[in-house]
Amino acid sequence: MSMDEDTKDGGSRRDFLYLTAAAFGAVGTGSVAWPFIHQMNPAADTKALSTIEVDLAPIEQGQAITVMWQGKPVFIRHRTAKEIEEARTVDVSSLRDSQTDEERVEKPEWLIMVGVCTHLGCIPLGQKTGDVKGDYDGWFCPCHGSHYDSSGRIRKGPAPKNLPVPPYAFVSDTKIKIG
Amino acid sequence: MGSGNRQPFDNPVIEWVDSRLPVFTLMNKEYGVFPTPKNFNYFWNFGAIAMVMLILMLVTGITLAMHYAAHTDVAFSSVERIMRDVNFGWLIRYMHMNGASFFFIAVYIHIFRGLYYGSYKQPRELLWMLGVLILLLMMATAFMGYVLPWGQMSFWGATVITNLFSALPVVGPGIVEWLWGGFAVDNPTLNRFFSLHYLLPFVIFAVVFLHVWALHVTGSNNPSGIEPNGPQDTIPFHPYYTMKDTAGLLLFLLIYCIFTFFMPNALGHPDNYIEANPLVTPAHIVPEWYFLPYYAILRAVTFDTNLFLLIGLVCAAYLVAVNLWFTKKPENCPVATTFKIPVLQDIPMKALEPLMAAGAVLFLGIGGMIAFMPDMGMAKMMDAAAPVLVEAKLGGVLAMFGSIAMLFVLPFIDRHPYRSAVFRPWFKVAVLLLTIDFFVLTYVGGKPAEGLYVLVAQAATAYYFAFFLVIIPFLNKFEPRVPLPPSIHQYVLDKKAKKKQKSDDYMNALKPEAAE
Repeated sequence: MSMDEDTKDGGSRRDFLYLTAAAFGAVGTGSVAWPFIHQMNPAADTKALSTIEVDLAPIEQGQAITVMWQGKPVFIRHRTAKEIEEARTVDVSSLRDSQTDEERVEKPEWLIMVGVCTHLGCIPLGQKTGDVKGDYDGWFCPCHGSHYDSSGRIRKGPAPKNLPVPPYAFVSDTKIKIG
Repeated sequence: MGSGNRQPFDNPVIEWVDSRLPVFTLMNKEYGVFPTPKNFNYFWNFGAIAMVMLILMLVTGITLAMHYAAHTDVAFSSVERIMRDVNFGWLIRYMHMNGASFFFIAVYIHIFRGLYYGSYKQPRELLWMLGVLILLLMMATAFMGYVLPWGQMSFWGATVITNLFSALPVVGPGIVEWLWGGFAVDNPTLNRFFSLHYLLPFVIFAVVFLHVWALHVTGSNNPSGIEPNGPQDTIPFHPYYTMKDTAGLLLFLLIYCIFTFFMPNALGHPDNYIEANPLVTPAHIVPEWYFLPYYAILRAVTFDTNLFLLIGLVCAAYLVAVNLWFTKKPENCPVATTFKIPVLQDIPMKALEPLMAAGAVLFLGIGGMIAFMPDMGMAKMMDAAAPVLVEAKLGGVLAMFGSIAMLFVLPFIDRHPYRSAVFRPWFKVAVLLLTIDFFVLTYVGGKPAEGLYVLVAQAATAYYFAFFLVIIPFLNKFEPRVPLPPSIHQYVLDKKAKKKQKSDDYMNALKPEAAE
């Protein structure tokens, strides 16, 4: 095999071997690195805690409870007619994170959402009767002053998004499954 | 290292070891006879002091780890057990707690020294950058260490800081879950923070080794900023600076001991003695004092950066660049000529500049109005035309990391040939203002983000970035250059003569016959 033949397309056998070795080396390094990166992601038992059932029967209208789901508080509020009314008469296009109240609830009287401020993760006030509820009759985050309305939508302050609604379903009239 | 030109030692044991592994020769070369500028002031103590604090933190930290348990069920009570039941546990924990603060004090003074006397400049750029890397590692270590006692501030500090990463587009939320190992700060988070908090100090130690190695290649800077010319300018490190460092260290440790023994919680936050509760957020979440300046910068960005604001900023940056960053103002647009953009590359700078200035004023005006006064009628109308490009949260995170990045690239921004602020009258003012700025940021970082505090934080953040991006380039070009003394030796003599002149004048003024 002559030298000319070997390099006629601009690359030598040596180049090909270098590139192949480097490519396999990179894949090999990556496949060894991945377990050490992925081990930091939520483990199987952590993920297994991702479904809970909540009995809604004891919650009176106007009351709210907080349950833990995936290490985060979930706000469950039995809304009054006034609160539903307030949430539904807002001009949706004027909201920072446009969402209608209908999109956020399965049944209008039950508002279920993750109670973690979308700014930097504090827990907003407004669950207890004596709490500050902010300017929009909903929740108020004391850390950096975000106001959420009676549908948990961001109305004022630094938070970029509405309080997120977790996946949930009514298993019976008074029982829900979150997750 | 060849041992061919090694000086033999008199002690036979030392000689036996040294001829096989020349550690004694190395130590003597680097810390015994090592030629060091003779005019150090006490600011030059703080490298050695920081080193001592690092060792102190390692020793106390390893000791605490013998009693601490990294599990959310018991972490808080295991720390309380250290405080109450472990023999001298209270002392070791208070040493570690206050040691962190004093390590940062030492390092901040050390950084100030580097800034003021231009120690970051050629040929010490890499030495400086390794130092900034150490600062970053220290921040990560301190942050994770503060989480371990699992108090309210631990938990909520960790929540707020890890949530910062959620500001990153696309990958943000995934990164946050990856950091947490779950869906909130919880046991997996505490566990890995403990592991990393134990690891990182050793990484710091390794980088400190490189930092010191780089220092011993270039040699130390000194208050005059003039390189030593010969033996008349230097003295051996030992005994001169071993003694001076020890004197400064003892004074520093004395103050440290006053805190550790008499006011051990003065620099901490009382809420961290309440066990972490994921359902209750403290009214004011504040980080440890040494993070407050960066926290202030983070929170100073309260506004969304919209398209107009960005265009305005680009126009302003363009003007700063052509006028200050370039040594000589380019004839045509440098971007257009590099990329050979037709038409644009033919427009002379003289015509382009007023256009850019008008653009800067117009777009900064409108963009600023939309960002800062969103409720105004005009702003509301323009709002639709200028989409938000960088949300406030991401903007804050970028500014915070950017503030450290500024330090990292400083050696390449500052091209003024003189190092020391002693011979740079304008730089001296600017760098002292930066120091005050740092204190202002520290102050507002500890206050709630509302009202006047936000405005002050924004002004202080603006100065911080302007120092690096506008003032330093301006000084490169326009700061007057007074003649430098030819050597450190001459600098010291001049200084002495000046001092003598002053005291002579004073004495003469006191004598009655001299007054006539």
